[in-house]
Formats: sequence, C-alpha cells, structure tokens
Amino acid sequence: MKTFAAIDVGSYELRMKIFEFSGKNRMRQIDHVRHRIDLGTDTYRTGKLRYEKVEELCKVLKEYADIMKTYRVDAYKAYGTSAIREMENMSIVLGQIEQRTGIRIDVLSNSEQRFLDYKSIASKGERFDQIIEKSTVIVDIGGGSIQMSLFDNDSLVTTQNIRVGVLRLQEKLNRMNAAPYQMENLINEIAGAQLSVFKKLYLKDREIENIIVVDDYLCWWAASQGRGTAKEGCVDIAQYKEFMEHLRQVSRTESAVELGITEEAASLLFISAVLMNHIVDMVGAKLIWAPGVTLCDGIAYEYAEQQKIVICEHDFEKDILACARTISKRYMGSKKRAETLEKLTLAIFDSMKKIHGLGKRERLYLQIAAILHDCGKYISLVNLGECSYNIIMSTEMIGLSHAEREMVAYIVKFNHDDFIYFEQLSRRSVMEQMSYLTIAKLTAILKIANALDRSHKQKFKDAKITLKDRELILQVDTAEDISLEKGLFADRAEFFEEVYNLRPVIRQRRRF
Amino acid sequence: MGVNKYHDAKYYTNRELSWISFNQRILGEARDKNIPLFERIKFLSITASNLDEFFMIRVASLKDMVNAGYQKRDIAGMTPQEQLEALGEKLHEQVHLQYTTYNRILLPLLEQSGLTVVKSHEELEEQEAAYVDRYFESNIYPVLTPMAVDSSRPFPLIRNKSLNIGALVTKKSGKGELEFVTVQVPSVLSRIVPLPVKGGQKKVILLEEIIERNMHKLFLNYDIVCAHHFRIMRNADLTIEEEEAADLLKEIEKQLKKRQWGEVIRLEVEKDTDKRLLKILRKELSIEDKAIYPIDGPLDLTFLMKMYGMEGYEHLKNAPHVPQPVPAFPAGCDLFEEIRKGDVLLHHPYQTFAPVVNFIRQAAEDPDVLAIKQTLYRVSGNSPIIAALAQAAENGKQVSVLVELKARFDEENNIVWARMLEKAGCHVIYGLVGLKTHSKITLVVRKEEDGIRRYVHLGTGNYNDATAKLYTDIGLMTCRETIGEDATAVFNMLSGYSEPLHWHALSLAPLWLKDRFLYLIGRERDYALAGHEAHIIAKMNSLCDQDVIAALYEASTAGVKIELIIRGICCLKPGIAGVSENITVRSIVGNFLEHSRIFYFENGGDREIYCSSADWMPRNLERRVEILFPVEADELKQELMHILEVQLKDTLKAHVLQPDGIYEKVDRRGKEAICAQEVFCQEAREAVDKKKEEAGRRVFIPEMHHE
Repeated sequence: MKTFAAIDVGSYELRMKIFEFSGKNRMRQIDHVRHRIDLGTDTYRTGKLRYEKVEELCKVLKEYADIMKTYRVDAYKAYGTSAIREMENMSIVLGQIEQRTGIRIDVLSNSEQRFLDYKSIASKGERFDQIIEKSTVIVDIGGGSIQMSLFDNDSLVTTQNIRVGVLRLQEKLNRMNAAPYQMENLINEIAGAQLSVFKKLYLKDREIENIIVVDDYLCWWAASQGRGTAKEGCVDIAQYKEFMEHLRQVSRTESAVELGITEEAASLLFISAVLMNHIVDMVGAKLIWAPGVTLCDGIAYEYAEQQKIVICEHDFEKDILACARTISKRYMGSKKRAETLEKLTLAIFDSMKKIHGLGKRERLYLQIAAILHDCGKYISLVNLGECSYNIIMSTEMIGLSHAEREMVAYIVKFNHDDFIYFEQLSRRSVMEQMSYLTIAKLTAILKIANALDRSHKQKFKDAKITLKDRELILQVDTAEDISLEKGLFADRAEFFEEVYNLRPVIRQRRRF
Repeated sequence: MGVNKYHDAKYYTNRELSWISFNQRILGEARDKNIPLFERIKFLSITASNLDEFFMIRVASLKDMVNAGYQKRDIAGMTPQEQLEALGEKLHEQVHLQYTTYNRILLPLLEQSGLTVVKSHEELEEQEAAYVDRYFESNIYPVLTPMAVDSSRPFPLIRNKSLNIGALVTKKSGKGELEFVTVQVPSVLSRIVPLPVKGGQKKVILLEEIIERNMHKLFLNYDIVCAHHFRIMRNADLTIEEEEAADLLKEIEKQLKKRQWGEVIRLEVEKDTDKRLLKILRKELSIEDKAIYPIDGPLDLTFLMKMYGMEGYEHLKNAPHVPQPVPAFPAGCDLFEEIRKGDVLLHHPYQTFAPVVNFIRQAAEDPDVLAIKQTLYRVSGNSPIIAALAQAAENGKQVSVLVELKARFDEENNIVWARMLEKAGCHVIYGLVGLKTHSKITLVVRKEEDGIRRYVHLGTGNYNDATAKLYTDIGLMTCRETIGEDATAVFNMLSGYSEPLHWHALSLAPLWLKDRFLYLIGRERDYALAGHEAHIIAKMNSLCDQDVIAALYEASTAGVKIELIIRGICCLKPGIAGVSENITVRSIVGNFLEHSRIFYFENGGDREIYCSSADWMPRNLERRVEILFPVEADELKQELMHILEVQLKDTLKAHVLQPDGIYEKVDRRGKEAICAQEVFCQEAREAVDKKKEEAGRRVFIPEMHHE
C-alpha cells in the first residue's frame, strides 16, 4: 500500500489531494485540501509574483507539507501550471519555495497539463471507452484557456488550445462593466469568434455525439445529477438546456444558494455554462459527461503508472500517432511516402537496437518524425526544414511533452538541413546532452531512410536490413533502377557513419 | 399566501419573556413538595445563577439597544424599550418569589431538618457571637480591604457580581457629617460559616453577617451609622472587534479586564436599606430606580449550591446516579475494534462519558494513529481530554485542536488550556473570526492494514467530563466512510481551507444547516400535502428562529404532526387555530439538564433521525459553526426513537405549553407516573446487568473423546 500527495499550484487555487493506492480498491482519495490564492492575476499582468503572494504560498505549502507528514505519504508531486509557467522569475521563486518549504514544484507545459487531465479521464476505464466509441470531444475549461481535443475512431486526433478561459473572460467582462443581462451575449461574441475558427478548421462537418467536460464548476452540478447511480455525471442535452435556462432566470446569489457554492464560484459557473452551451450548439452533441476529475487525479494517476500500481488499457501512443497523421494530412503530406519512411526507419531502428541502445519512447519519436518529415512543404519547398520545425513546434500533440516535441522537430529539421552540433546548438537551446544524442542518432536513421526513398517511388519498401561487422546492409529485391538512390546515398551515409561508426551499404538483388 | 402569513408578530412569544417562564419552571421545582429538600435548595440556587447571567447578557444587550436608540421590533413585535419594561415587571416578581420560597418554605424546612441558618448577627447567642468575633479577627480581617470615599478618594470600583457592605459613618471627633465607606465580602472565604454545634441542631451564619457585626473594627475612628449589603451586576456582553484584533487571545484577556467596568444594570440592596445610603449608591453607580432590587434575605442565593454540598444530608437528596458503562465497550476493550463492529450511541449522563475520554487516550497511545483533531468549547478544570491530547502530541501524533475562546464566561479557563496545549506541541486554532465554534467533533485518523480509516465522535454536548454527569447528551462513535470524509472536510474548513465540493452526511452551520432544516421540514409538509402521514419530533434547548418557526407553522397547517420537546426558550405558540393546532410543545425540567438535540422526520416512512449541537436559534444557525449528523444504524435509530417517545410520555417532570403561553404540568389523570430521566437511569443499569448476565451464561465446552 502506498500513500501519495498530489499538489496542484493552479492560477487561482492551491490544492492538494492525498491518495491511497492498494491492491484492493486501487486508488482512493482520502483528503482534499484547497486554498484560494490568486496567482494568475499577478503573473498574467506583471510577469512576477508579489512578495505577499510568495509569502502566502510558502505558508500554505508548509502546512501542506505538515499534512503530508501526518499521512506519512510515500511520495508527492507538485506541479505548477500557467501562473507559474508565465512567471519571468520562475526559477528564483521556485528555488525560494523549495528552500523554505521543502516542496519542489515542477512546471507543466500546457500539453503536459492537458495530458494529465486526459489520463485521469482515461483512468475512468469502462465509461471512458464507451464514450469514445462514438465521436467525442474533450472540453477542458481552465482559468486561462479551453483545450478542445477531438476523438476519431477511439483515438485522440487533434488538440487545440483556445484562449478563452473562465477567469480571462470574467476579467474581460469586468473591464467592460457588463450588466448581467448582457453577459451571455458578450461571452458568446468573445468566445464565438475563436470557437468558430476551430470548427471551420478542425471539425468541418464531423458529427460529434459526446462531450467530456473537465472544469471546476460545471462538474459540480453535473456530478450531482444521478449521484450514486451508474449514470453519475452524465447529462443529456435536454437536461443541460433546462439547467442553462434556469441559470438565466435566477440571480448569481440564488444559484449560489441552490448549488451550495460561493457567489464567486456561481458567477464563474455561469461563464462556464454559457461556454459549454455555445460548444454544445456548435458541435450538436447529444450527451455531456463530467467525470469530475482534476489535475490532482492526473498527477496521482501518473505516479501510479510509474509505480506500476495501475495499468491503463487505453493506448496513449496510438493517440499520439493518430495525432501526427492528422497533422501530416492537414499539411498535405504524402501518405504513401510517410508509410514507406515509417516502415524503413523502424526496420533500421529495430535491427540495430544493440548499437543505439534506445528504447520504446525514442522509437515513437522516430516514427512521428517519419510521419511529419515533410509537413513544412506545405509552406515552402525551399525552406522545408525550418518550416517543418516551426509547424511541429507550434502544434500540440497531447501526450508529448514540450521537450519531446522539440526533439521531434529537430529530427525533422536536420533531415533536411545541415546538422548543428551540440556545442553550437546548446548556445541557443536548453536541451540536455542526452536528448541531443538521441536527436543525432534518430536523425541519422531518418536521413538514410529518406535517401533510400529519394525517388518517392517506394523502391525500398521491403528492404531487408542486416548488421554485419561494421556494415549495415540494406538489401533490396527490386527490378527497378536504383542508381538515383545509390548515387545520392554516399552523402547521407556519411552522417550515419559519423554517429554510429557504422557504414550503411545498399545491395540490390535483382529479380527477373 | 405563502410563508409571510406565518411571520405575523402575534404568532410569536418574546424570547426573553419565554426565558423568564423557563426560570419560573425551575423555581417551580424548588417549590415542589415531592422533591427532597436539598434538591429544592439546589434548584433555587440555579434560578439565582441563571438570573445573574440573564442580567449580564440579555438585559444588558437590551439596555445597549435602548441606549443606541435602536427601534427594531423583535419577532413578537416588541421594541427593546417595551421588552425591558415587560421584563422589569416579571423580574421583580420572580425575585420576590425566590425569596418567599427561601424565607417561608425552605428556611423553616431546613430548621426542621436540623439545620438553622441564622438570618442576622443580632440573633446570635452570646457564645456564638464571641465565636464569630474570634473567627472574624483570625480569618476574615486579614483579607478585607475597607475603602472610604471623600474628596481625595473617589468612589471605588465595585466589582461585578461581588457582594459588598456599604456603610455610613461619622467621625468620632467630628461634627456628625456622614461619610460613605464600603468593604467587599471576600470571595475567597466560604460564605457559609458553621457555628459551634450545640445539641443535634447544626447552625450556620453567612459571612457578610459576621463582617457587618464587626464593621466598627474596620473604621476605628468612626461611628457606624448604618451598614447594608449590596451587590451589583454589570453589562458583560463581550463585543470583540475581531477584524482589528490581531491576536484574539490578547484581545480576550483585555476584554476580561474590561468586564469589571461595564455599565451597572442591576443593584441589589437589602430591604429597608437606609435612604441616605441608597441615594449615594444610586448616584455613584448612576442607576435608575427600576433597576434596584430590594431583597428580603441574603443577596446572591448561589451560596445555596455550597449548602447543597454540605455533608450529612444525603437523606435529603436524590440518590446519586452513577453513570453506567456502555455495553458496547467492555472494560479494557480496544475501542477502535468495537467501533469497527458497528456504530455506537452514547447517552449521557445515564451512560458514562469515559469512552469519549478513552477514545482520545487510546488514540494518543496507539502507534497506528496518525492524527487527532478536536473542537473544544467548554472544558472542565483538570480535563483528562486535554491531558490525553497533550500526551498524543508528545507521542508525535499530529494534534489539531480548535479551542473556542469565545465560550461565554469560560474565556479565562480556555486561555489557560489553549496555552498548555500549544506548549505540548499541538496545533491550536483559537476559533474563527466572526463565528463561535460550537460543534463537538473529534476525528482520529488511523493507518490500518487495508488503508487509512477514520474514527469520528460526534456529540450534542461539550467535551467536558464534569458536565457530562449533569447534562443529558447524545454521542455517536462511528468509522463510516461518509462521516469520516466529511469530518476531514470539517477540520480542513476550520483550518481555513476551502469548503469541500459536497457533503456526504453532515450539514454545517452557518453555511448549510438552516437550509437543511428548512428542507427537512418542507419535505414533511409536502408529504402531508400529498396525503401521506407526516411527523416531526424535535428535541432541543431553545426554539426562536423565525424562519424555522414559520416553516413549522406552514407544515402544521399542511397536516404534519409536530411534537416539540423544548427545555428552555420557545417563541413558537402551539395550538393556534389555522396556524399551529398540530403542534405540541413540552418542556422537561429535571434533575439533569436536558441538553441533547434530536430531530426526527417521518420522511414518508423512510424515517430519518439526526442529532446536532445546534438549537433552532438564529445564533446557532447563522453565527456559529454547528454540525447536524444523521444516525443511520437501525438499532441506534430505534434507541433514539425510544428516548423521544419516553420523553413524550413523561408525566412527572414535563410541562406542556398552552396556547396562552403558560406552561402547565401534565394532567396525570388516568396516566402512569413516568419520569423520563428516571426511566433512562433504570434502563442504563439494566443494560449493564443484561450484559453481565450474558457473560455469565458463558460455559466451557469440553472436548469429547473421539473414536
């Protein structure tokens, strides 16, 4: 049995959940402590956190540390999100906090944060599987932004961040001094513009059946619907519309009393509800499911996974690949060529495991790089490398951290452009040496695979790859003329040799 | 017409007047021939200390309102001025009745029983007089501080509630000019001074009489013209500017000192006090005539409680009830193990309070216990609970204690305990800003083989092992997950963290409790309207929340049968046609102070029963942290139901409230004589005997020879 504390240093609340993992009932929440502290407003406006806020943060974290001690937790994980991320003097503040409270706060990038949310939803198992059988969108409503993630054939294919979070909207409405009766229209107008772009670009005519909602306010209401039954947290659209209509009728004070929440929460709930209503109308969904998870659940889930306490059935790698393919399609990459490259690179990768010593996750980077190898072509045929790099760097893939995405982007870039050595690269990037080596190794593989398919005619599709002494033999059975590939191969092979100290050789066994 | 119709002032009784009739019921006990003499003395003493508190808090705050020109009418439609006037009359009547009871009934009865109280020092026999004079010189004189008033010495501070002797004196060498002097009757000495026994008759005299007799020894150069006892009561309602008070602890210490200086709101003087002396007092204490109470007898009858404690009169008292062991907890058992077997209900004082103390003691010693959290409101002197908590902290447990410093009149006590706990390493919270924490809850977090388990004790009474012998209260011990989770959330909230997303079992004031009660009452109303049987039984100390009363009226009109058992204040009027004809109210004033709050709701047959620390009073529902908890185990529900039923059948100690606001004893014709408190004492003893019997029946089973 293990006890674990998950701390979420959010932009307006500092939360801690204590979990207990045991064989019997797997994961059980035993305490949930929340402290309201507005870190967002400061950082968003000035980029820094005021002295008093740091004091308060330290004081509460110190108390949290005491609570952890009480429960004798085996481990903890504290994550900061946007309010910490956007702080200019982040490392100084975090260093100070660690020094004073003993709690180390790691910072999550947006995609990592959303991935944790996603994982905690996926941890709901059966219910989650049922929901995503039909086309589904996850709407993750945060203080600063909304994350919309689209499912297709039970894989997550696209995720987009839209900067219309509830706090941000409320701040805008306050600035406009909006009267209560204007609220809904204003929210619809502000959010509508951005949401309709999302629809045009990503949804098109897709029919969406289900919405999975993650937020702090709607969940409250949704969870109370059918509490204790199998349908807990599930709301059909008629029910939702009724609720929305009711919210329009009553004042914030009244709804706060009805729902048993604070008035402040009630006004954020209203914004959240209007946003949801807008999205419901936009996608034409029939069912809303609020699994009632928070980032803390995700953090705990991640820990449980690392500790091999829980194993999730859902294949997150499949999501990432589906996502990469969607991106490739968007930028009109050649599906056939991508498939060939994928096959070739992976065959090479697998045949030389002992030499590169890389694992499953790196194999995934290579596969994504192969899929996305030519996405920049959409913008420029000349600056292919740079453009591909930029596209990958600005497209989120749920499940891939920012650092991982950067690696993929570099692999794709160096496939086309000259390789930049670590000594030079490290001057403008914070990348670690290990990651850099991985990039070099994977780039070398992608480069020769790319060379083998120079003509884009998939001549080497079924190449046989073997390792013999200091040579990597790429044997191909084809009747076609491979002089183009052979001729240009030397160039590419050079880099491969540099990285692995291994010479790639093409052999053709002509078939007649 | 909606609920508003039920808000009409004519349907309500003023709460202060209702309180007066409560005190009158206690006075009734002192006058009841069927009660042993010393118990009657005790009841009289209680009426006196009740009145003192009533003056200091209620009368004082009405005076404050009048002084501030506050005109708002109460639920019964009376302005503060009108209330004061109505009260004044009743109070004078009540005091008069107290002293006729003392002089005409109790004193003669005491005399017959072999105890003479010498009314004044003039009645002492020569020998006795000599004895008291010696007693004065050796014991009293050294602690007296006589004070004179003249141009260089201003009128001294007369301490709140202290007994004093004021005198007019003239200088032996002077021209007969009158001067005022005063001396406080020292509170460190016993008020009752026994005289040498002569024959079988015991004799006592009160301390102030001895001092009065020896006044001349205090003012040697003066002649005593007259000497009279007087006592004052000051405004003691603490108003603490919490927002400004950075350190609540210091603020309360400061206020305690200030209490000595509050406005004088009552002056008690001996009957026939010299007019000149009275004039001086009236002027110096700036008090109006209506607030002066001429007393025919000793001032401050609370000394009778000491008399009740005198040895040798056991035959004139009720046989004491020894709180019985709780059958669910055999001696020496592991409480946690027993609680895991099922919820346990405690009924004090019929059952002992020991399991609650042991709960904390065992938790303090148990290596698997991680944390103990508790709210403390009124703690007894030398509390074993405090000692156990301190021990737990020393054993490395995380101990959080919320000590409510604002518990009225107990502030001084509480500060001492709070400091002591802090020293032992407990995390002490000194209450919440703007709210009194009145809930009684203890949480023990324990790490067990299959995970964290939470044990909770919830009660209707304070964690005070001394009052637990006198107050009737209900306690619940449970390790239900729902209650455990909520208890954790309660302490998180008390530590200043945000409220939980939702509650599983508990309802909390001031945020949710009132709505919860209104919902529960409304639900019964709806059942009645739908033609189902609907029934509410509620037992509490006081009922004066207008919203709740209006909801009860509405439910009654809809046909809900409502039976209320309310010990003290009740602003609801039962039996009004078209408003409350389905409501009955009874009050039980007995040997033990009725203190438990139990709420029963029929709920269309799916009966629900709750206990709470809260009364249906605005201060409980809106300005205090209170907890309502459900009792869910069937067996325990039946136990609670039984408690309510027996109280509803009481024919000896119950008074029934009539539509005209008068409480009348139950008409016993054709009814069995039942005293609920007696029944519970009996049952508690029987339960133990039954358990013993069961244990006794245990036989060894010999193993037989096998083929």
